[in-house]
Amino acid sequence: MTHPLRKSGMTDISLQETTYEAGMGDYFALLKPRVMSLVVFTALVGLLVAPVPVHPFIGFVAILCIAVGAGASGALNMWWDADIDAKMKRTAGRPVPSGRVAPGEALGLGLSLSGFAIVLLALATNFLAAFLLAFTIFFYAVVYSMWLKRATPQNIVIGGAAGAFPPMIGWAVATGGVSVESALMFALIFMWTPPHFWALALFVKSDYGNAGVPMLTETHGRDATRKHIIIYTLLLVPVALGLGLTSIGGPIYMAVAVIMNAWFLKGAYDIWRRDDAACAADKHAVEIGVFKVSLYYLFLHFGALLAEAALRPYGFGGW
Amino acid sequence: MIKVEHEIHTRRRGRNIGVGLLLLGFITIVFGLTVVKVLELGNARQFETFDHVARPQIIPQEGTQ
Repeated sequence: MTHPLRKSGMTDISLQETTYEAGMGDYFALLKPRVMSLVVFTALVGLLVAPVPVHPFIGFVAILCIAVGAGASGALNMWWDADIDAKMKRTAGRPVPSGRVAPGEALGLGLSLSGFAIVLLALATNFLAAFLLAFTIFFYAVVYSMWLKRATPQNIVIGGAAGAFPPMIGWAVATGGVSVESALMFALIFMWTPPHFWALALFVKSDYGNAGVPMLTETHGRDATRKHIIIYTLLLVPVALGLGLTSIGGPIYMAVAVIMNAWFLKGAYDIWRRDDAACAADKHAVEIGVFKVSLYYLFLHFGALLAEAALRPYGFGGW
Repeated sequence: MIKVEHEIHTRRRGRNIGVGLLLLGFITIVFGLTVVKVLELGNARQFETFDHVARPQIIPQEGTQ
């Protein structure tokens, strides 16, 4: 593939034979900034709801390390998946498949940032938090990207664990340990990911099939996917409500959880009752609606945990 | 003719500035962490004994406390 720069008949002889040099923006794009923002939010909630106060500067450095670690795993994922990304419209413009960043550079950036983030987190906070971050990067880059993504349609279920670790790391930064609360925050994101992603898969016309990535909608069909959505949503509800009964829950969280779980469950039920004809008739309105609810679902659950923690010093919040 | 300014130069400059800012940020973080970690010790006596060799004048005399 010839890069656009090479095609543009430049008269400058000294530059004509040089390869394309990536700008800062190209390297930043390797870190998947949008995924990073979700990681920052959930990790920050995990850190702030923990019962042990953290010095603001150490908290800032810890969140930065978690964000950089997540970005590094994104770069490693883009290095490994460049062949798949090049075959799909949504991802063909990414830095590696489009030729703006060499694969080796993506690998180097991913590895060096991983090392940087893990070591700095260990020095700034504690070894457990650093170990959890290292495990998260390993899980996303190796377990998900290298082993599961191309091998099983359950890839999104197990791979979702990588996205579920950040609040657990945040909690470990503050407390130096793991607890029921942090395990349930993990479980909340872990169980939420499959119905969230499959609702999207039902209405977005993907080309995963062309790229050879097994997705549930294509390997088992859309009816099986609908069934999976309702099952995982049913499993998600007790996790979300159970979190409300722990030390970080409270009436605000519980009210949000009851409303959002009822709403999400109703949506999953509606999807389960539908068939392809109904989807085509209203242009996937229900699936799109459930996908949007799923976004609010996660944001509001973690937002409510934060509200409980913020109000606790004033005698409100908590049980 | 060799052009002095080219798009590649602009991008290279942007990258150099970016790396410079990242290094500056890294130094700030390490310095900030050092300050916070030392101040968190709270007790000046712990600064003095960081290398396990306390100065004689900061060791409490027997019978004075």
